[in-house]
Amino acid sequence: MEVYLDHAATTWVYPEAAALVQKTMTGDYGNPSSLHLMGVKAEQYVREAREIIAGAMKVPEKQIYFTSGGTEANNWAIFGTARSLKRQGQHIITTAIEHSAVSAPLEALRKQGYTITKLGVDRQGRIDPEELKEALTEETVLVSVMLVNNEIGTVEPVKEIGEIIRKTSPKTLLHVDAIQAFGKLPIHPRQMNIDLLSVSGHKFHGPKGVGFLYAGERTNLVPLIYGGGQQGGMRSGTDNVPGIAGMGEAAKLTFARLAENREQMFKVREYLISRFSALEDTVLHGDLTRNAAPHVLSVSFLGVRSEVLLHALEDKGVYISGGSACSSHRRTYSATLTAIGCTKAEMESVVRFSFCERTTLEEAAYAADAVESLLGTLRRFTRK
Amino acid sequence: MMVQTFLIKYAEIGIKGKNRYVFEDALVSNIRRAMDRVEGTFAVTKEMGRIYVHAKSEYDEEEAVEALQKVFGISGICPVVIVEDTGIDNLAAEVVRYMGETYPDRNLTFKVNARRADKHYPLDSMELNAVLGEKILEAYPEMKVDVHNPQVSLVVEVRSRIYLYSEIIPGPGGMPVGSGGKAALLLSGGIDSPVAGYMIAKRGVSIDAVYFHAPPYTSERAKQKVADLAKIISAWTGQINLHVINFTDIQMAIYEKCPHDELTIIMRRYMMRIAEEIAKRSGALALVTGESIGQVASQTMQSLACTNAVCTLPVFRPLIAFDKLDIIAVSEKIGTYETSVLPYEDCCTIFVAKHPVTKPVLKSIEKSERHLEGVIEELVQKALETDEVLVIG
Repeated sequence: MEVYLDHAATTWVYPEAAALVQKTMTGDYGNPSSLHLMGVKAEQYVREAREIIAGAMKVPEKQIYFTSGGTEANNWAIFGTARSLKRQGQHIITTAIEHSAVSAPLEALRKQGYTITKLGVDRQGRIDPEELKEALTEETVLVSVMLVNNEIGTVEPVKEIGEIIRKTSPKTLLHVDAIQAFGKLPIHPRQMNIDLLSVSGHKFHGPKGVGFLYAGERTNLVPLIYGGGQQGGMRSGTDNVPGIAGMGEAAKLTFARLAENREQMFKVREYLISRFSALEDTVLHGDLTRNAAPHVLSVSFLGVRSEVLLHALEDKGVYISGGSACSSHRRTYSATLTAIGCTKAEMESVVRFSFCERTTLEEAAYAADAVESLLGTLRRFTRK
Repeated sequence: MMVQTFLIKYAEIGIKGKNRYVFEDALVSNIRRAMDRVEGTFAVTKEMGRIYVHAKSEYDEEEAVEALQKVFGISGICPVVIVEDTGIDNLAAEVVRYMGETYPDRNLTFKVNARRADKHYPLDSMELNAVLGEKILEAYPEMKVDVHNPQVSLVVEVRSRIYLYSEIIPGPGGMPVGSGGKAALLLSGGIDSPVAGYMIAKRGVSIDAVYFHAPPYTSERAKQKVADLAKIISAWTGQINLHVINFTDIQMAIYEKCPHDELTIIMRRYMMRIAEEIAKRSGALALVTGESIGQVASQTMQSLACTNAVCTLPVFRPLIAFDKLDIIAVSEKIGTYETSVLPYEDCCTIFVAKHPVTKPVLKSIEKSERHLEGVIEELVQKALETDEVLVIG
């Protein structure tokens, strides 16, 4: 049996989306910038994808900009805002648990002289909106907070954060990294006072190499990539029609069944929570309720190194993700797990299970059985 | 003027007496193999005690030289320009053109070194030297003759056609791979063992490699990394049969039954035993390791002696007296360093004691190994059965 439980890393592509990718590669392969019929046809796919995505989030279509993926969207939101609001201030607030596609661009700005405030989180990985309120200053141009944490699945109180910003510091923009959130919970940027939002296609059964940035009317982004003036001059480069069309299709299928999908993923999550809670020397991280994202579960099986369990499970056809980059000489611990107060032993043994709506309880049971059957042997062999 | 031919110089082969042809033939076939990878068609010939590589099509000179610089046994590579023999006037004109194009700077001392392989040529070597030297001086007054210590020595070789060359690009030296037998290299993902393989190959030894895989403690990527390293050194060593042995059960047995501070040394002894068995099966006459005295606990003199004690084949350790930095320098030169430092194979550190013995005593190691009696024989057999051979290069 093959059980893929690493959907937070990437997902398989919906066959309907893959079919559209192929169609726009071999059939309607025109360049949307071309004036002839082939170009017009290709443009139609981009237009449709934009409609679907904007529709799902209830935002104007012209506020969606397609990018090469989530990392570009995050970089653009951060550098684009910093450049356009340079005169307004050089202070940015973020959290201690951001993905490196947010923390690394911020670190680059810090080196250029920006002040970056990193808000801590509680044991479940949630920031305290009150703390944010305190941190906001006249100089704050941007707050960048992820909606769903990629390692533990915690959902940040973004709506509350948005309200605080509007009340306390109305000039400050709110950027949300929604890469793990899109397709897993409803997202309405306008109701949530989100100004910028980053999404990646391959996290919700779309193709890799494509994503988008939502930029609302309060933003005045500076482009990151200049060239032929595509997408209103905001993001040059020939439109990635196959990627965009595939991502649009994936968004359509995902949002059509959002509630059912959530239900199924929560069932799997709760099943694994109950199985693993029953085990000795096992620590489950983050928010275990339905307030969390439905598709991510982080667990430490103490005494078993992440990579070893990962490879042992791989041998049984179960694919999961390890916790931290491994190196015997220099181990780098996860910023998220450090921030929620995990011990060294917990971090060395942490693994992540992540699912999609097609993950079945049988598959979850197979994975849980596999873990249980391995723990005994693996725990006998620990470094002395 | 196009370089159409390379004259290949080789040093040590020349002194191998009656066996000389064995070495030359190995060198010719290795050169052919290297040139197969270069775009274009080439003929490799052995004529009158010399090896030539003739280009038979368009080709890139730099690419060709780089390929030749990886063939052990070559001490120098001379790019040769060939001139048709249509009389001394034409030859003189071509020689002048050659000097002008090869040395555009022109501020240099030179001498002409003519050789008549074809003794029917109307001018003898001395006359040729004089005539051609004079023409060069006439054309380029900045150039000066220095017969004792010239910066440029222009060889004019008169055969059925005339060969001009003046430049010797250094080759890698060493002996042609295959002329020195075969050895089995214990190849890990680290920095040292690929360098050891490269160095032993330089002495004409062809290699098979043995890698010990310990899933789930080491990953597929660690195995891929070792295959990548083998691929890189195969540019010098020629084809490598990489034997991948599953070592997990043996490691676990040692872990459970032997003192922890002796884990590594006992593990190394079993690796050597298995590598020796594979060596014997594949016709290798020796083992090769990347060990260097004192580098880690398992490489102290005492540890090496304990590891060595299980082997009947000779164990060669080309890096034994190398400092780490020297080893790194070679690995950078041959292009293995970047791959070696990728962090994949550290998952098996649980089988390394925090404080391993540094001065193991053979008697006590042997005593510890007795705890394995009854199980280990079968585990070793089973490990040998897992032998997966990847043909690299």
